[in-house]
Amino acid sequence: MQASARPAVPSNFTLPGTTHPTREPGPSLPLRMNISNVNFFYGTKQALFDISMGIANSKVTALIGPSGCGKSTLLRTFNRMHETVRSSRLEGEILLDGKNILAQDVTALRRRVGMVFQRPNPFPKSIFDNVAYGLKINGTKIPLAEAVEKSLRHAALWDEVKDHLHKSAYELSGGQQQRLCIARALAVEPEVLLLDEPCSALDPISTAKIEELLVQLKDLCTITIVTHNMQQAARVSDFTAFLLMGQLIEFSPTPQLFTTPGDPRTEAYITGRFG
Amino acid sequence: MSARVRWRKFVSAFMLTLTGICAFVAVAVLFFILGYLVFHGGSSVSWSFFTKLPAPVGETGGGMANAIVGSAKLLLIAALIGVPIGFLGAVYLAEFSGGSTAFVVRYAADLLNGVPSIVIGIFAYSLAVLPFKHFSTLAGGFALGLMMIPITLRSTEEFLRSVPNTLREGAMALGASKWQTIASVIVPAAYRGILTAILLAFARVAGETAPLLFTAFGNRFWSPGWNQPTASLPVMIYTYAIAPYDDWHRQAWAAGLVLLGLILVVNIVARAILARGVAVPRS
Repeated sequence: MQASARPAVPSNFTLPGTTHPTREPGPSLPLRMNISNVNFFYGTKQALFDISMGIANSKVTALIGPSGCGKSTLLRTFNRMHETVRSSRLEGEILLDGKNILAQDVTALRRRVGMVFQRPNPFPKSIFDNVAYGLKINGTKIPLAEAVEKSLRHAALWDEVKDHLHKSAYELSGGQQQRLCIARALAVEPEVLLLDEPCSALDPISTAKIEELLVQLKDLCTITIVTHNMQQAARVSDFTAFLLMGQLIEFSPTPQLFTTPGDPRTEAYITGRFG
Repeated sequence: MSARVRWRKFVSAFMLTLTGICAFVAVAVLFFILGYLVFHGGSSVSWSFFTKLPAPVGETGGGMANAIVGSAKLLLIAALIGVPIGFLGAVYLAEFSGGSTAFVVRYAADLLNGVPSIVIGIFAYSLAVLPFKHFSTLAGGFALGLMMIPITLRSTEEFLRSVPNTLREGAMALGASKWQTIASVIVPAAYRGILTAILLAFARVAGETAPLLFTAFGNRFWSPGWNQPTASLPVMIYTYAIAPYDDWHRQAWAAGLVLLGLILVVNIVARAILARGVAVPRS
């Protein structure tokens, strides 16, 4: 990973939620999503407490924190996947391009905010049909073959699968399956791509490939990634949010969060004292 | 060796032998029945058994062509009733309902599964025979179809549930509606299991006699259309076995052999479909 090669975000850039008591607020970036005062409940158990943060357009935002801190829960509210859990309840406001996602049609929203999951979950179909799935269910008019090739190229998988597009997706390796899932998500050209620990089931080489991919995909869409791997957050993201027990402890440009954390709890976590 | 160790070794050997014998007996019953059927009925299974009508009393020979076709027609109607209701009900149970509804429906299906088949027969008789004042293929198929519903429903539900949740999430995250998810991802992922479930339900009702006794009744001739009483293999076995003629007894054995053979074939096909692997690898 060439972390130094990508244009760094100036350390004083501010987004909604970038709370840093010791620094002067700097210029703002254009926002893709704006989360304000989000509280989340599983039944009576509160999982997120008053979260407010902005997701900068065409940047990578990482959510880190120990297991059970609510980072995946937060991510899943961004495309309303939390609604698949019975008895869950969301308070607050989440804006996508200035419009409240909670007031929109959920299937239309999910076409704009794609998601890649922890474990590769290709459908029991061919490689081609997996990528074409999102387009087919949307009744697209564009030629499928071109769109599939484009998505597979974006996911850096085309060269490996172009000769056997009609084989079952299960014949691919775990890392290839995960890139296939990324291609599947990219095929519907989402504005935001959410990734929920996309590398946790993968080996280091596959992980490196996906990280490389994420940095390239920034031009295509805005990326939010949940990771339990701090090095990964440091390598791929522009902004990092640290969550602990359902609270947003710190949210800053990535280099800043990892070099000069503003909160003692952040420092304790990134130096490995817990988590 | 102390007495204690000797005693433990004896108990261990004794229990091993006992469990082994019981396991052997359980398997042996099937082979014993099969062997007995072949012994008694094997000689009567001939080409004419499959192609000829039953011979009049006093004449030897004849076949059960009408019963084989009758059974096929009954099973077709049973499938038309049992498969769609069982399958769609299972989709509802596995994908839509939660909590108390699912519990009630599942429990009711299990109870229906446990209803004695003779009771199903009386029920079908009062509903599909009495109002029309005659026995019919339709009434018999209706009775068998009732029996297929809970079997298909419960096993299909199990196979739908075994599809990993991550696939549902994957489809929904692409903007698929619930129905699109089910029709294009979940059911294709579980289709082998569902097919197996349907075949096994088929095999199960193929041998049912009691519900047919007073619905399809029986017939010594061809049963044209769907509105006449019809012969069926299980009822033929019953009728022929209690008749006082040696030749009929042999034919009953032969019919039993053919019926068991058909069920075995269906079972083996079902297992083969399953053994080719579930479409989704379990992780």
